Amino acid sequence: MHKLLTDRPGEKMLLLGNEAIARGAIEAGVAFASTYPGTPSSEISFQFFQISQESDLHFEYCTNEKVAVEVAAAAAICGVRSMAVMKHVGLNVAADAVMTLAYVGVKGGMVILTADDPAMFSSQNEQDNRYYAKLSGLPMLEPSSVEEAHRILPYAFELSEELAEPVLLRTTTRINHSSGVVTLGAMRPRVTRGRFTKDPLNLVTVPAVSRKLHVKLLEHIARAQALSEASPYNLVEGEGPWGILCNGVSYNYVKDALAELGIADRVRILRVGFSHPLPARRIQEFLRGCEKALVVEEGEPYLEEAAKTHAQEAGLTLPIRGKAPELFSRLYELDPATVRRVTARYFGVADRARPAVDVSDVPPIPQRPPTLCAGCSHRATFYEVRQAAEELGIETVYPTDIGCYTLGLLPPLSMADYLICMGSSTGTAGGFSQVSGRKVVSFIGDSTFFHAGIPGLINAVFNNHNLTLVILDNGTTAMTGHQPHPGVDMKQLKLEHYGRVSIESVVRGIGVPHVTVIKPYRVKKSIEQIKEALSFPGVSVVISQELCVLYAKSLKLPRGKPFRVGEKCKNHRVCMTRLACPAFYVWNDRIHIDANLCTGCSLCAQICPEHAIVPARETAEK
Amino acid sequence: MKTTRLVIVAVGGQGNLLASSILAEAALIENLPVRMSEIHGMAQRGGVVESALLFGPGHSTVIAEGEADILVGFEPAETLRALGKCHRESTVITNLAPLMPFTVNIGQGVYPDLKRLQELIRAKTARLIAFNATALAREAGNVLAVNMVLLGCLVETGLLPIRPESVQAAMERKIKPDLLEVNRRAFAAGAAAARQNAA
Repeated sequence: MHKLLTDRPGEKMLLLGNEAIARGAIEAGVAFASTYPGTPSSEISFQFFQISQESDLHFEYCTNEKVAVEVAAAAAICGVRSMAVMKHVGLNVAADAVMTLAYVGVKGGMVILTADDPAMFSSQNEQDNRYYAKLSGLPMLEPSSVEEAHRILPYAFELSEELAEPVLLRTTTRINHSSGVVTLGAMRPRVTRGRFTKDPLNLVTVPAVSRKLHVKLLEHIARAQALSEASPYNLVEGEGPWGILCNGVSYNYVKDALAELGIADRVRILRVGFSHPLPARRIQEFLRGCEKALVVEEGEPYLEEAAKTHAQEAGLTLPIRGKAPELFSRLYELDPATVRRVTARYFGVADRARPAVDVSDVPPIPQRPPTLCAGCSHRATFYEVRQAAEELGIETVYPTDIGCYTLGLLPPLSMADYLICMGSSTGTAGGFSQVSGRKVVSFIGDSTFFHAGIPGLINAVFNNHNLTLVILDNGTTAMTGHQPHPGVDMKQLKLEHYGRVSIESVVRGIGVPHVTVIKPYRVKKSIEQIKEALSFPGVSVVISQELCVLYAKSLKLPRGKPFRVGEKCKNHRVCMTRLACPAFYVWNDRIHIDANLCTGCSLCAQICPEHAIVPARETAEK
Repeated sequence: MKTTRLVIVAVGGQGNLLASSILAEAALIENLPVRMSEIHGMAQRGGVVESALLFGPGHSTVIAEGEADILVGFEPAETLRALGKCHRESTVITNLAPLMPFTVNIGQGVYPDLKRLQELIRAKTARLIAFNATALAREAGNVLAVNMVLLGCLVETGLLPIRPESVQAAMERKIKPDLLEVNRRAFAAGAAAARQNAA
């Protein structure tokens, strides 16, 4: 049985934040869950995926976050408790649905989880999604700890049903990827089937209906405001003349800072866990008792600006500060030491913490960026495209996309020139080719192609852009941990009742005039095929098919035999300077291959000018 | 009771997260408050994996610069990179077997000299325990057990408020039965290295 289905209320379990969130949702009786995977949220949906295989929970991996919200919204309007899970930028993709879903509302509880990523551990930006709550009018909850993330889920579903609106639940990486001890609660039974009641004058958002629905949304926001004023998740602690307003993980840093500075008896804390609508009256009451206040929040001055507004309305003139050059930055994440230091400075108390060791005389340490795995087929495809372009004398722009292959950015491959978001490789390639007057070559992964790449490709065909789109089809959503996508053969995972969408059929169906499928480990042939695609004036697509090596390993597929560098090696190091596969290492000024890492893809053996790289098993014969 | 802060750094694939979860599980067994966070964005792609463990009272799940009481590094250059986490009273435990970053192989950057690396750490912190944990893991029967060697060393120092028996019990919960014996040997080898260092 899945550990998150353990039916022993009161038992303590050490859980990852994302496991705690999934367990909280299960306790709340979530019956329908959907997602597009994205770090730091991915483990939540992975738990749902596993649980759905041994229970009546319905879970689906969706093509993108917008679809994930749509399927879950339909379940919720039929009275089924649903949850859509995504990373912060996923909410941008889903935003079109979310903004008007706020007008339509829900019947069954619906939670939309947005996992924000301050400091961008694995994201392209660090946008603060609290503003989506303000923009849409939807209520937002923000836990401060793993334990609270678990506890807040049932509350979120109840709140959603009480307001008849979806609830935005915002976490940050430090909640998702922290672990803590959670006390299991009772599990509410799942209601998996719902009933749709036709009500077009409230559910079909033509202008005349929406004008009415916006009025209803404002009424819901007013009710939510009252609930926020009384919510146990907006809590005031302590006594004293100084005030700190905070949210999320900042609360932890504040608590620890006050204890270490020895000023816990002089500071009152307002921790905001129900952050939209903000509890205006409670903020005013809180500030009324303070001489000065500090706002501790990661990201944008969301709380700070609201606190200043509410203070002004109450005629309060105390200093309220937060984001400032000498206080907190809008950049990256906070940490306990920063919060302690700024708190001490702002309130004028001594910070006696031991300083960090001085590392100014530590020599520069070589970087260790993540890199494409040994045997990764993307390395082969990048090499072949580069080689084909060089042989044709093409110098061009290489827009790329979001996935493992973004790592093609690094030398020596250096095959990434422009990236903004999921799917941007296809749209931007058209723009680059138009203004440069040249063939442009862009890269996109299989899952990303389904997610947001298709409209850009259709655009390229319609507007007849001169581009080659290379679809790196490794048969899985590799970067986020091998989640399925519509092109995956689910029978390989021993899962029935799934359809399968062929990327080649989609591409041909769109009307791309030149389509080639390559096997990237056949180097010479692939280069020839890519040269043809690059020579084609107009839109051409190259689909490079080879299973992700890590995924193949997880499926227990047979692995290739390792290679070694043989005696014919003349130390040209083409393998290292062109490929830099992590299986290579230098020892005694010669290249060697780590047989434990080598997957036997033979890419290096095929490009070695001396044919010096040979299967390792031939060692004994020579 | 005071809070003990431990940072563990490793290269993806070295088993940092298993070692961390064993310590957290051991704390749970002892009913000791524990919080843990990890940054493992692209661990499987050879990046750095960092985990923070906080034992005892408090709320934070992360450890800022200068806050770590103990730093354990599974790879020497990564230990040095994380040195800013330490204060002058910190204890540092490091493996001395390098894993060459590919940036060095393609001529970007020079791997730090191991002797100088140890001198630097020793000069700036209270105590350094440095040894070839990879070799001990290999002797114990599996080079992948380097995480248990370092865990054994850490637990033996007595710096954590956790009894070795609880760690052993947590290992039984977290490690597959057929791999338990080699991991126990590795753990014992690490403990012996700590005793040798103290002697």
